[in-house]
Amino acid sequence: MTDQAYNFAYLDEQTKRMIRRAILKGVAVPGYQVPFASREMPMPYGWGTGGVQVTSACLMPEDCLKVIDQGADDTTNAVSIRKFFQRTAGVQVTEATAEASVIQTRHRIPETPLREGQILVYQVPIPEPLRFLEPRETETRKMHELEEYGLMHVKLYEDIARHGQIATSYAYPVKVEGRYVMDPSPIPKFDNPKLSDNAALQLFGAGREQRIYALPPYTQVVSLDFDDHPFEAGKAPHDCDLCGAGESYLDEVIVDDAGGRMFVCSDTDFCASRQAVGHRGRLSPEEV
Amino acid sequence: MMEGSDLSIFAKKKPQPMASTAPLLRVEGLTKRYGARIGCADVSFDLYPGEVLGIVGESGSGKSTLLSCLAGHMAPDAGRVIFDTAEGPRDTREMSEPERRRLARTDWAYVHQNARDGLRMGVSAGGNVGERLMAVGARHYADIRTTATDWLGRVEIAPERIDDRPSAFSGGMQQRLQIARNLVTGPRLVFMDEPTGGLDVSVQARLLDLLRGLVREMGLSVLIVTHDLAVVRLLADRLMVMKGGRVVEQGLTDQVLDDPQHAYTQLLVSSVLQV
Ligand SMILES: Nc1ncnc2c1ncn2[C@@H]1O[C@H](COP(=O)(O)OP(=O)(O)OP(=O)(O)O)[C@@H](O)[C@H]1O
Ligand SMILES: [Mg+2]
Ligand SMILES: [Zn+2]
Repeated sequence: MTDQAYNFAYLDEQTKRMIRRAILKGVAVPGYQVPFASREMPMPYGWGTGGVQVTSACLMPEDCLKVIDQGADDTTNAVSIRKFFQRTAGVQVTEATAEASVIQTRHRIPETPLREGQILVYQVPIPEPLRFLEPRETETRKMHELEEYGLMHVKLYEDIARHGQIATSYAYPVKVEGRYVMDPSPIPKFDNPKLSDNAALQLFGAGREQRIYALPPYTQVVSLDFDDHPFEAGKAPHDCDLCGAGESYLDEVIVDDAGGRMFVCSDTDFCASRQAVGHRGRLSPEEV
Repeated sequence: MMEGSDLSIFAKKKPQPMASTAPLLRVEGLTKRYGARIGCADVSFDLYPGEVLGIVGESGSGKSTLLSCLAGHMAPDAGRVIFDTAEGPRDTREMSEPERRRLARTDWAYVHQNARDGLRMGVSAGGNVGERLMAVGARHYADIRTTATDWLGRVEIAPERIDDRPSAFSGGMQQRLQIARNLVTGPRLVFMDEPTGGLDVSVQARLLDLLRGLVREMGLSVLIVTHDLAVVRLLADRLMVMKGGRVVEQGLTDQVLDDPQHAYTQLLVSSVLQV
């Protein structure tokens, strides 16, 4: 049952219209950070209030929502947000990527390829990719405006100088349609290739920083690099121990006090679906 | 070959400005006020390629104001600043901001008095030197590093310090790093505001030596602000003396210092002689 104390999906219609305008602007200028008047949400900022507001503005009664955190549908954060929209919007929810029309995520892009008509909403803590080296907001805005992105490579240079390679493995900066440099939120760089040419609409919401940005379907997204240190998506040299997948992003899990470890897909829906149709990994239980 | 060795002799000499070449920078009637107070007033001069122009004057005489206006950090109230760009002479005041910022990171360089203002303190020495290269499109890490190493050597910073942050450097080293970071892309015009200010006397001398070497070697065109006449004696071809925001005398450095015409310049010169 929908909680009648709230408007559909919690935010009032006027606020949703304001957010939708910001989203439309973001879609029109891919990768550009659009300021918006972020509202107080009944949850702390660390919980993805930016993503929640974007999702709220996108949801329709007929939508089917999936919420993931680090690839999992069952973490506290994911469960709370899913419940929040079940309660305030009464929409259907799912854990299956393919069934969802709107997916809110923190830290991952689902393994199952997205399709046209789907919306992927990212929770973003720090939208400004230049922030690390240039704390002045007026200056970073100017840099975006004038396409002065040399500084982004200074960051990568520092990485190589210090670690012998580009050590940035999360929130790896990208250039959108040859124009705006964008922070893809703290997804692993493993997911970066999925940003590009994606059939789904990708929306990014930063609550505390009051920014929304977007990648419309089939946008070209290129990870920054050096000619002699090309971008590599990187992948652990293992297969999933539960479903045997060789191409998915894996979490390392400690399984006993003796330091035993296993590697499992971080995308729980992907892993479970594969197991359900008989795929098996190194540590799968014996077949009965 | 004979011609080759002859030429190499000339190449070591600093190119002298010729009457026939166009000025690199032409300044006409430049004025900047802070409310009712004059920052600088009606300043006009030409700077020719390969020339070092010293700007001297007591504290508050408008030197920094003038330099900031010329470099586009501040908007003057009146006057023209005509720079000889690749596409011919242009009034920098009529340029769009993107154009001006592009000039600032390609053709121009600005050495701040306080190295901290001109360096990125959170970035390694190599990154500091490499930034301008990357800003103009360098995308080969090993090449950037080689150039940075080379430049650290030219400003007498040991190559093994390349990955250290400037905060681990002495004041003199920071200033030399700032110079390397500015000169790495071979700018056509260098602005320097008291580059030796705030340093120990012995450190100043070494920095001056280094600057003089670079200026000669690269044939740099430089506008250098200082209130140290020893600095201009060593570096500047020509000298401009400011007082109360106005230029009271300008000419060849030796002439102005040896035979000052304006009473204020005479005072300035004699006060130095007393030291
Ligand atoms: N931001 C400002 N606001 C108001 N007045 C200023 C400002 N900056 C400079 N002035 C005034 O303009 C005049 C010229 O100052 P400027 O800093 O250009 O002198 P300067 O020759 O560089 O002095 P110094 O040798 O001490 O660096 C002075 O009277 C100064 O007080
Ligand atoms: Mg000054
Ligand atoms: Zn798996």
